[in-house]
Amino acid sequence: MELKILDLSFSYNSTKTLDNIVLKIKGREILCIIGPNGSGKTTLLKCMNKKLKPTTGTVLVNDINILQMNRKEVAKNIGVVPQVSTVSFPFTVYDLVMMGRYSHKGRFDTENENDRAVVYQCLARTGIEHMADRLITEISGGEYQKTIIARALAQQPEILLLDEVTLHLDINHQIEILELVKALSEENNFAIVMVLHDLSLAARYSTKTIMLQKGRIFAYGRPEDVISVENIRDIYDTEVEIGRSSKGNYLNVIPLSIIRNVDEITSPTMHHSFRPPLSDLKSQKY
Amino acid sequence: MKKKLFLIFLGLGLLLTLLITLTIGPVRINVLTVVKILCSVLIDISRTWPDNFQDIILNVRLPRILLGILVGCALSVSGCSMQALFRNPMASPYVCGVASGGAFGASLVIVLNASQSFIMPVAFFFSLVTIFVVYYVAKTGSKVSSETLLLSGIALSLFFSAATSFLQYLAEEGELRQIIFWLMGGFWASSWSKVKIVMPVVLPGTICLLFFYKELNILLLGEEQAEDVGVNVEKTRKIILVLAALVTAGAVAACGVIGFVGLIIPHIMRILVGPDHRILLPASCLCGSIFLVWIDTFARTLISPTELPVGIITAMIGVPFFLLLLRKRKKLSGF
Repeated sequence: MELKILDLSFSYNSTKTLDNIVLKIKGREILCIIGPNGSGKTTLLKCMNKKLKPTTGTVLVNDINILQMNRKEVAKNIGVVPQVSTVSFPFTVYDLVMMGRYSHKGRFDTENENDRAVVYQCLARTGIEHMADRLITEISGGEYQKTIIARALAQQPEILLLDEVTLHLDINHQIEILELVKALSEENNFAIVMVLHDLSLAARYSTKTIMLQKGRIFAYGRPEDVISVENIRDIYDTEVEIGRSSKGNYLNVIPLSIIRNVDEITSPTMHHSFRPPLSDLKSQKY
Repeated sequence: MKKKLFLIFLGLGLLLTLLITLTIGPVRINVLTVVKILCSVLIDISRTWPDNFQDIILNVRLPRILLGILVGCALSVSGCSMQALFRNPMASPYVCGVASGGAFGASLVIVLNASQSFIMPVAFFFSLVTIFVVYYVAKTGSKVSSETLLLSGIALSLFFSAATSFLQYLAEEGELRQIIFWLMGGFWASSWSKVKIVMPVVLPGTICLLFFYKELNILLLGEEQAEDVGVNVEKTRKIILVLAALVTAGAVAACGVIGFVGLIIPHIMRILVGPDHRILLPASCLCGSIFLVWIDTFARTLISPTELPVGIITAMIGVPFFLLLLRKRKKLSGF
C-alpha cells in the first residue's frame, strides 16, 4: 500500500495553488498537512482523490495513476472524511454507513449479507454499533463524525484522507477521534493523510508532518523537526513557545505573539491582545 | 419491513383505485361487471352486459384512467428526483422549463390551426428543446452548477410563458379557449392512441429513475461527499436530469400543465416514509398515480356533464392537506 505524489502542481485559473509537491506515504503512517489558511492544504487533499485534476504531475496509488481510475475505483482505494458537515435528512446511522458500500455495488445490486456484515464491522470499529438505528439528525457532532469515519471504512479503502476532522468538536471528542485514527493506522495498516489546524495535536498524532506555504512544501519530516519555533515564525508570523508536556511527553505549541514586521517582534507584554494584521484577516476569509 | 408493507399497501390502493374509478361516471357500472369486462379482453367470457358498457369501460374510462396513472407517476417520480438532485424543496418537474416549453409548442399548433394530432409531438419537441438549451447554458466546461440550471430554467420558462402569452394575444376566441384549457391541464381528450404515445416514454423512464435510488440518496449529502463515496456526480446528474425531463415532457405533451402533483406528492411521501429513495421513489409513483386518478374522477363527475380542470382541484384538495402535514411533521421531510 503506497500513495505517491510526484511533482504535483495545481492552478486555479492562473494562480498556482500547489507548486511542485512531492511526497510519499505508506501503510501505518499518518501524514499531517499543516500550514496557514490558503496554503493549499485542502486543494492537495482534493488532488489526492481525483476531485481536482492536477495541472501537472501525478498521483499514484500502488503505482497506478489515479487519473486512470474511475470514481468507484478511487473510492475503493481512498476513503474521505470531510470537515464536519451537517445533513438535514433523517437517515439512520446505519443507512449513512451503508452508503459507503456504493463503490462495491453495481447498478442492480441490492445490499447483501456481506454488506451488512461490513457495515456492522465498521460501526463496531468506530464504537457506534449501539446507535445504528438512531437518526443522524439527532446525534452529537462527535458521533456524527464517527459515523462518517465508519462510512469511509465501509468503502474498505487502504488510504484515508481526513480534512479537519476535529473542527468544532469538544476536546474529549477531538482526542477520541484522533485516537481512533491512530488505532486505524497502527492496527489496520491504513495510510492516513490528515489536515489539522491544531499544531499540538498534529505533532502528537502524526508520524510525518508536511508544512505548506503558498502551495509549496516548506518543511517535511518528523513532526518534532517540522513543528519548530523557527518554522512557525516563518510560516505563521507568530512567535510561539514549544514545550513538552510532563505527562506523555507530547509537543506543546503555545502561541505568544504576532510578528508584525519581519524583524520587529511585538513586546512580550502585548501578547494577551491578539490583533492579526489585516492581511491575515483577509486570508482567513478564504 | 414496515416500509415495504407500506409500498404493498399503496400498490393495492392503486389497483382498488383503478377498479372503483372505472365504475364511476354518468353511467353507473358495478365493480363485478367492470372486472368481468376487463377479464373478457383476456379470456372468453359470455357477455351478460350491454354492449355500450363494454365501450364505456374499455374505450372511454380505461384509457383516461391509465393516462392519469401514467401522468401522476411521471410527475411525482420526476419531482422527487429533481428535489433530491438540486437538494431544493422547491424544485418540481417543471423546474427546467419543460412545462412552459411544452405549453408554447401546444399553443403554436393551436394558433396555426394545424391538426390536433400535432399537439403532442410538437409539445414534446419544445419541452426537450427547452431542457437542452437550459442545460447548455448552465454548462461550463464539463461542470454543471445546479444554481445556474435552476436560474436558466426559470429564465427560459419566463421566455416561453411570454411567447405563449403573445400567441394567446394573437389567437381567435376559440383558439384562446383551447390554449387556456391546455394550460390548465386535464384528461378530457384521452384515448388509447395517447396512452400508446405516453406509455413508451413514461414507463421506461420511470423504471430507469427507480434504479437511481442509491445515487439520489447519496446526492442528498452534497456533491463533495457523493464524489468521496464513489458517485460520478456529473454523469449521474446528467442522466437523472435527462430521464426526469423526458418523463415530464411525455406527461406534459399528453395532458397539459398539471401543477402541484410533482411538487407536493414527493414531499408528502418524504414526510411519511423518510428520505430513503429506495422506498420514496416507488411510493411517490404510486401515490401520485392514485391521487391524480381520484382527482380526475372528481373533475369529470363533480359538475357533470361539464368538467373541471384537474389542476384546480389538485391544488384545492392537496394544498390544505399538505399544509397540515407540513406543520405537524416538518422536521421529517429533511428540507
